[in-house]
Amino acid sequence: MSGQELPIATNGDVVLVRQKVRSVAAEIGLSLVDQTKIVTAASELARNVLVHAGGGRVEVEKVSTGLRPGLRLVFSDEGPGISDIAQAMTDGFTTGGGLGLGLSGSRRLVDEFDLVSAPGEGTRIMVTKWAR
Amino acid sequence: MERVPILKLGDILIVSIQIDLDDQSVLTLQEDLAETVVSRGARGVIIDITAVEIVDSFIGRMLSTIAAMTRMLDAETVVVGMRPAVAITLVELGLSLGGVRTALNLEKGVVMLEHARSAEG
Ligand SMILES: Nc1ncnc2c1ncn2[C@@H]1O[C@H](COP(=O)(O)OP(=O)(O)OP(=O)(O)O)[C@@H](O)[C@H]1O
Ligand SMILES: [Mg+2]
Repeated sequence: MSGQELPIATNGDVVLVRQKVRSVAAEIGLSLVDQTKIVTAASELARNVLVHAGGGRVEVEKVSTGLRPGLRLVFSDEGPGISDIAQAMTDGFTTGGGLGLGLSGSRRLVDEFDLVSAPGEGTRIMVTKWAR
Repeated sequence: MERVPILKLGDILIVSIQIDLDDQSVLTLQEDLAETVVSRGARGVIIDITAVEIVDSFIGRMLSTIAAMTRMLDAETVVVGMRPAVAITLVELGLSLGGVRTALNLEKGVVMLEHARSAEG
């Protein structure tokens, strides 16, 4: 399906990711609330890539089940990876003095959330939001 | 980097966020605001987020930090104009914005600050 890759290397890139996700979410007909949720999740995950991995990229892709359109985002980086994923996914857990809500909160904001990571092997997070 | 203008109305400062701010600009706004509260002797701050499409954990933390910071500088902060979709998303994200006073719009925010003032006597 149609995908587009955006770099995540600066604070400005995080803004561009939000704007791109917003426009595609509107294009496929997500409700205003769902647009807001997926853009917020994208902002959290893009910032994580920048802050915790020193940069990476996101692939923004329109998907479809045949009946329903959806928006899929794949964030990937070659950073340090996450050793204890369950711990990182816990509300309030942070290694960086944040609120520790980015990962756990993003998962609540999307329909599908898939995280693959290992120490030294970077991190890949795929999230999907379906139109209702 | 973008700089958000800080307007003064009597002893209230009004900040209206009209653009999608990057994280560095958010931190700059926080610092500008603390300095302006002191230099202008403001007693209240209104942050208007009517035009803000999303509040993530970074912006959320900024709002809490500004509220706490201005309180220490003897000024009260009210956040006004939060969109319903933003409120729904914030709750699901898990951000409660504890300690941040909110009002539906600018007018109600001003009234809230005036009440806070008259309660002080
Ligand atoms: N892309 C990544 N690469 C390496 N580690 C990551 C990555 N994303 C998240 N982490 C780890 O998972 C932890 C939890 O992330 P989460 O986004 O929930 O919190 P945070 O970024 O620390 O704080 P917040 O997002 O609330 O400001 C981080 O502290 C970090 O250790
Ligand atoms: Mg984070």
